[in-house]
Amino acid sequence: MTSGSRHYAARTGIENTMKTVLLVSALASVLIVLLIFIFTLKEAMPAFREIGFKDMLLGKVWRPGNDQYGILAMIAGSGLVTLGAVAIGVPLALGTAVFLSEIAPRWISGIVRPSVELLAGIPSVVYGLFGMVVLVPLVRTIPAPGNVGFGLLSASIVLAVMVLPTIANVSEFAIRSVPRGYREGSLALGATKWETIARVIVPSARPGIISAVVLGLGRALGETIAMIMVIGNSVVIPSASTGNPLSIFLSRARTLTGNIAVEISYATGVHESALFATGVVLFVLIMLVNSSARFLLKSSISRGGKN
Amino acid sequence: MRFVSMAAALLLTIGASSAAAEEIIVSGSTTVQPLAELLAERYEATHGDVQIVVQGGGSSVGVKSISNGTAHIGMASREIKASEIEENPEMVVHVIARDGIAIVTCPGSGVDELTMDEVRDIFAGNITNWSQVGGSDGMITVVAREEGSGTRAAFEEMVMGDELIGLDAILQPSNGAVRTTVATTPGSIAFLSFGYLDDSTSPIRVNGAAPTPENAANGSYPVVRPLNMVTQGAPTGSIAGWLEYILGDEAQELVASEGYLPVN
Repeated sequence: MTSGSRHYAARTGIENTMKTVLLVSALASVLIVLLIFIFTLKEAMPAFREIGFKDMLLGKVWRPGNDQYGILAMIAGSGLVTLGAVAIGVPLALGTAVFLSEIAPRWISGIVRPSVELLAGIPSVVYGLFGMVVLVPLVRTIPAPGNVGFGLLSASIVLAVMVLPTIANVSEFAIRSVPRGYREGSLALGATKWETIARVIVPSARPGIISAVVLGLGRALGETIAMIMVIGNSVVIPSASTGNPLSIFLSRARTLTGNIAVEISYATGVHESALFATGVVLFVLIMLVNSSARFLLKSSISRGGKN
Repeated sequence: MRFVSMAAALLLTIGASSAAAEEIIVSGSTTVQPLAELLAERYEATHGDVQIVVQGGGSSVGVKSISNGTAHIGMASREIKASEIEENPEMVVHVIARDGIAIVTCPGSGVDELTMDEVRDIFAGNITNWSQVGGSDGMITVVAREEGSGTRAAFEEMVMGDELIGLDAILQPSNGAVRTTVATTPGSIAFLSFGYLDDSTSPIRVNGAAPTPENAANGSYPVVRPLNMVTQGAPTGSIAGWLEYILGDEAQELVASEGYLPVN
């Protein structure tokens, strides 16, 4: 009796301690995010005060030497390169995930899966170097006025490969979690394997796939070094050089992250503060992406529940 | 690197605290920094009572550091601006060496000589085709350093005048990255510190003079910038001693052997 209650007391003691430890770990990340945001915002305040919030967000010219600090071109650059990376990367990653979980025999997935994971381990500066010496000359061969290879297309391709492992891994996990009964049910009703994948498995795994894409988006928006090396870093709002609207991707650009990394080592005063302000805008942008994804996720889950 | 040298200096200061070594703090341009580190090392070898701590930060930081007291000597790889002298009239400028800025193209542009005006118009975006300056038909791609770089500031001041470098120029954040970009991008043009010239890019003769240390020294090559050290008022004591050493024959030979132009 007594030893039993002692055990019980010890167990609840451990239980409570672990609860506290876990709570502290969870709070730590909240605190860190909050601290970083407050610090960045504090450093950015002089720029917002001096330049004006609107002039900064909507200004098209960035010339710190002339006290012009518009970051619209960088917002456009970050947005377009992320869009490009998603357009190239998501189909590729989803294809990889479906292949690995539904089609590939074990020995093939044993080769493909580690290769995909290896992609995640390559340092971004190596991606940048590869892009600079291999991809840029290749993109340069596309005949269009003003095309020199450095620009959004090269950057999007590099970025697509960089986000591929994240999206592929998380989507594969989501697809594998679809209950076996769904597959068997679909096949038993006479659906082909392709119909089962396209109509049953992928839609069921949608919440997981959306999370995968959002994780990839976050990585894409934050990538810096590889982008600096291939995007050209010109502060221009990308525009199409030919009648084909896709030629906008041959335009040079600068990303928000690149703006900070390229100039921070020399910046002082308002210039430095304006770079912190660039960071605040990036922060808000990523928060918007994440929360809209959360919203999408919720609506897709509730829709799934009604089916 | 900076922290290592600072930490080392700190340890040395602690170790030699009984000898009460005098400390000189130098900060500013990353172009001047390696030269200053070398000159400090040589000077300390014969002057055990002086500790010289060299930090980076950029030219603008260097100029400001002497008035706000964070350094005894500021380094700048460009001319001191009139506005900076106005802000701090007590500043004394010491030119310790000179460095040329070469104009280079990707090999095969078909042009090997330009005038200063042509260089300016190309970087401003007014001339956009090599055929406009005597080359074969082909688009000119301008490659430049980022805003804030001392090399860019010096180039803008000496070549661009009131014109601005076009916004669609490809910008790379270091001399090395600029060189790689120009070497691999047909039809491109850029400016590079003399120290970065090699076979991968073709140097352009400006106003007829090739970018060589000899032409820069005799004045025929026009794009040469001073490497400056600034002090708050006339230097005294060990600061004056080190600056005197830098301008002496032995140190200036060292300057020349590092690829810069000596000043005497």
